[in-house]
Amino acid sequence: MTKTTGLSRRNLLLTGAAAGLGAGLQALPRTAEAAQTIKLLNVSYDPTREFYADYDARFAAAWKAKTGDDVAVSVSNGGSGAQARAVISGLEADVVTLALGYDIDAIAKSGLLAADWAKRLPNGGTPYTSTIVFLTRKGNPKGLKDWPDLLKPGVQIVAANPKTSGGARWSFLAAYGWALKQFGGSTQKANDFIRAYYKQVPVLDAGSRGATLTFTNRGIGDVLISWEDEAHMAVAKGGAYSIVYPGTSILAEPPVAVVDANVDKHKTRAVAEAYLQNLYTPASQDLAAQYFYRPRDPQVLAKYAATFPKLDLFTIETFGGWQAAQKQFFANGGVFDQIYGG
Amino acid sequence: MAKRPAVGLRRQGGVANVIMIVVALVFMVLFLLLPLVTVFAQAFASGLSGYIASITDPNTLSAIWLTLIVAAVALVVNVVFGLAGSWALARFRFPGRLAILTVLDLPFSVSPVVAGLMLVLLYGRQGWLGPWLEAHNLKIIFALPGMIIATIFVTLPFVARELIPLMEEQGADEEEAAILLGASGWQMFWRITIPKLRWGLLYGVLLSNARAMGEFGAVSVVSGNILGLTDTMSLDVKALYDGYNIVGSFAVASLLASLALVTLVAKTVLERQFLTRSTKEEVSA
Repeated sequence: MTKTTGLSRRNLLLTGAAAGLGAGLQALPRTAEAAQTIKLLNVSYDPTREFYADYDARFAAAWKAKTGDDVAVSVSNGGSGAQARAVISGLEADVVTLALGYDIDAIAKSGLLAADWAKRLPNGGTPYTSTIVFLTRKGNPKGLKDWPDLLKPGVQIVAANPKTSGGARWSFLAAYGWALKQFGGSTQKANDFIRAYYKQVPVLDAGSRGATLTFTNRGIGDVLISWEDEAHMAVAKGGAYSIVYPGTSILAEPPVAVVDANVDKHKTRAVAEAYLQNLYTPASQDLAAQYFYRPRDPQVLAKYAATFPKLDLFTIETFGGWQAAQKQFFANGGVFDQIYGG
Repeated sequence: MAKRPAVGLRRQGGVANVIMIVVALVFMVLFLLLPLVTVFAQAFASGLSGYIASITDPNTLSAIWLTLIVAAVALVVNVVFGLAGSWALARFRFPGRLAILTVLDLPFSVSPVVAGLMLVLLYGRQGWLGPWLEAHNLKIIFALPGMIIATIFVTLPFVARELIPLMEEQGADEEEAAILLGASGWQMFWRITIPKLRWGLLYGVLLSNARAMGEFGAVSVVSGNILGLTDTMSLDVKALYDGYNIVGSFAVASLLASLALVTLVAKTVLERQFLTRSTKEEVSA
């Protein structure tokens, strides 16, 4: 009697172990089984999830019609800098669609794609643009119209952390660029402005979407400084907010690139390149505009002129490009470290 | 005579007791019950059909499946390691035993995010083992094996920590007797060791399993957060929340909470069993 129970107990344990291992092994071929369907991984930044979810379905249909092959696009979203780091550490992205060029440069430096990636697609590999705007509570009760208004006493600014978020780096530079212009190029005065500005930020979220949800769902702060597309998306999702365009802002150019080493390994180069080139077609440009990204195509942009007011925009070249800007502002010991918390 | 001080205490502390109970209750309601109620309320905000639609979303189903796989494999490893490790540590004295006991607690003291980063530094493309793994076409990080390893790392001590004191308390007498009477090692293991440890073992497994299913930090670092492929349930909760899908997010959260509640009930039942058994055994002994 004792013998049988002992045995059955052992069997139970063994079958349990076998089931666990079996389930684990079963899942492996599931992810590796790329024979019939082409698998494509797009590693993207935070606010693009809605746009690419829509775009991926359309691209898959178009690719199927053209070649007869099924293509299943998977997406990973997160803070742009963290996503770049993941790709460098081995997240096998076929394409990256990130918030700023510096992050793709970092991936290129690790040897995964050619350093001249930006020259392979039109507009330096940036199929759509955006800018940095203010999202206030409905009707803008605090009367925040331009950058200096943000320093009014008692105004709470919600922003993401420039160390981890690409959007937050663009928004830092938008504020800084205004200050530089305002104070005749004095970095001393611009630093003072940006220090006072970040004093009014009660909490720095890791990513743009996190900051948006802090402002919308948690109801913290008087103004969210974020991507134009994030602001429009928050309004479209049914929130009582107002979008305010400052007099001057930055032209944010989120780039896209094929990751050479990974597409060669997966043999997905053709579909990966088509996936990115297709972003420039009028239909895709229109779709991007529907998700509040400024299209590059002038005709599509004209069609959505009501959504995208003309603005005085300066570019990253104001700061000598991303490499220089990163070094001056966001690297360890840079301006952000000097002014934040100090 | 023996009862009097107890009665006196109860009388003296009458008001204080009530205050303590009220404070404890308020805290329970505010910090445990209300958040739990909110999760379920939000999950059903658009009705049962909305709830079911959220749960049966392909990405969510894949997250549930993945969570179960990861937890199942971690469970097997935890049982095997827990038994072997606690056996070695409780029954034998050897140099370095204390060091191992200390290292065993490492997962408790290291932040899960740091644990995940350690794995990336070890198995990642630029990590120590990265080039070798890549040359042999093995994927650990940003794939299922990495998520399993991360989960095992954070749950490893639970079973062993449960069993070591139990084994030390019980002593090796019965096992030695079995061997002296001619039992083989395996016979002793299955007929003496396991039966004596079963409740403690189950309890440890339950705890580690609850932790495995709810783990966020370590897994999020090594998963790569690919929607529908490497998102576990707790990662899916965040992904859905970030995607403005509040109902979906809370629906998955409510599933996780339900799993935790089931675990708690099972734990309570086991504790009862455990206590009555051990008192019975004591009495019979």
